[in-house]
Amino acid sequence: MNFFDWQFAREILPRLLDASLTTIGIALAGFAIAVVLGLFLAIGRRSRLHWLSWPITGLIEFIRSTPLLIQVYFLFYVFPNYGLNLSAMQAGIIGIALHYACYTAEVYRAGLDAVPRSQWEAVTALNMKPWTAYRDVILPQALRPVLPALGNYLISILKDTPVLSAITVVEIMQRAKNIGSESFRYLEPITMVGLFFLILSLGLAWCVRRLENRMELAR
Amino acid sequence: MNTPMQSTDTLNPTPQQPEQAQPLVRFAGVTKRYGELTVLDGLDLQIEEGEKVAIIGPSGSGKSTLLRVLMTLEGIDEGVIEVDGEPLTHMPDASGQLVPANARHLRRVRGKVGMVFQSFNLFPHMNALQNVMEAPVQVLGLSKREARERAEELLAMVGLEDKLEHFPAQLSGGQQQRVAIARALAMRPKVMLFDEVTSALDPELCGEVLNVIRRLGEAHNLTMLMVTHQMGFAREFADRVCFFHQGRIHEQGSPDELFNNPREERTREFLSAVNEAH
Repeated sequence: MNFFDWQFAREILPRLLDASLTTIGIALAGFAIAVVLGLFLAIGRRSRLHWLSWPITGLIEFIRSTPLLIQVYFLFYVFPNYGLNLSAMQAGIIGIALHYACYTAEVYRAGLDAVPRSQWEAVTALNMKPWTAYRDVILPQALRPVLPALGNYLISILKDTPVLSAITVVEIMQRAKNIGSESFRYLEPITMVGLFFLILSLGLAWCVRRLENRMELAR
Repeated sequence: MNTPMQSTDTLNPTPQQPEQAQPLVRFAGVTKRYGELTVLDGLDLQIEEGEKVAIIGPSGSGKSTLLRVLMTLEGIDEGVIEVDGEPLTHMPDASGQLVPANARHLRRVRGKVGMVFQSFNLFPHMNALQNVMEAPVQVLGLSKREARERAEELLAMVGLEDKLEHFPAQLSGGQQQRVAIARALAMRPKVMLFDEVTSALDPELCGEVLNVIRRLGEAHNLTMLMVTHQMGFAREFADRVCFFHQGRIHEQGSPDELFNNPREERTREFLSAVNEAH
């Protein structure tokens, strides 16, 4: 019977913490790109120009219907055959960002749909350009109610970062696997990685709930 | 000067001769359909500069659609709308043929028209001052200071000088509608459209909005086109009243002619139905 070895856990803690910074960095970078890219995808999808809206709709449906793991495999292992060489880290961040941009785009879409048509009519009657209308009138109303939903995707992204261990990114999961294969002890590193995600996810979920409550109050 | 039923054989989509006084707004053979339903049916209407025209009629007669197509909130299927001598939804191409207007043309001509809505449609996340300043700054390119002066002046005119920092949710319906009037006026339109602007208001709040419109009519030579159910206000305020029925102007004339001596059977029916309801 193999029990949790606290001594060993203390020994490997610095290595895991070091890799956890990579995990957090990937999650934040991926989230930042997904939040911005998703907004453009959502607006593009609503466009009346079909040459713009149709490919975006296709892209969103395609990406949401295939696993993240396959997408990062393509970016890292297949694309170099066609001259696109990305480092594992680049491929990983781009993969996560693109994948989740397609989800945040749907969140934004719900927010944009919730803005009454009459606001668009007011904007037209005041002769505002679409870009100004989005920036000053439509988005401020569309974004506030969807902020908690976006926060939940930050949690999802964080929990999906271990997928990148499959393309050799040394994030916390890859580091734990390495420790396991060096020492033949998996219990401690994998448990610690699990705890890391648990604590961070619970903390973030608490923040999102507070945000939701503030939204309710502001209504 | 205006025959009750304009015949369609004088329909002339080209701009009028320059020596004639040009109407500020001209509908020529305008048709608008929603699928099977024809909402505007070859509508002809001319509105002179400074004229105050009230549009009355049963619901579904197309009177709101008339304002909505003039504000370009809806497209039209046939005919031409001219504002200040220029086609609104069309523009002449190199050979002088009318083609669908591009965004730039549309924005330029649309800038001469302003609209006040039944449901106010204020921006809920901006206070009264910001609501009025937004478009002058973003569309007309006024400086913040100029726009603020203009907004304060207009909000004072509608009696809200002490509500500048209030958000729409903190204002009564009548106050919101007055902010909306100030917001539309801040763009200095040549023609103002009022779409049942008191219909969403409690009866005791209608007066304050109608008073603002009344003052506006007296103080400025503003062309106004209003769809209304307030027959009393239409009678007192309008230079001309148009009775709308089945997507056309069924009868029109001075308030005195139309309310006291309606010629058409359908007009009489409508007016007596409205009178009974009051």
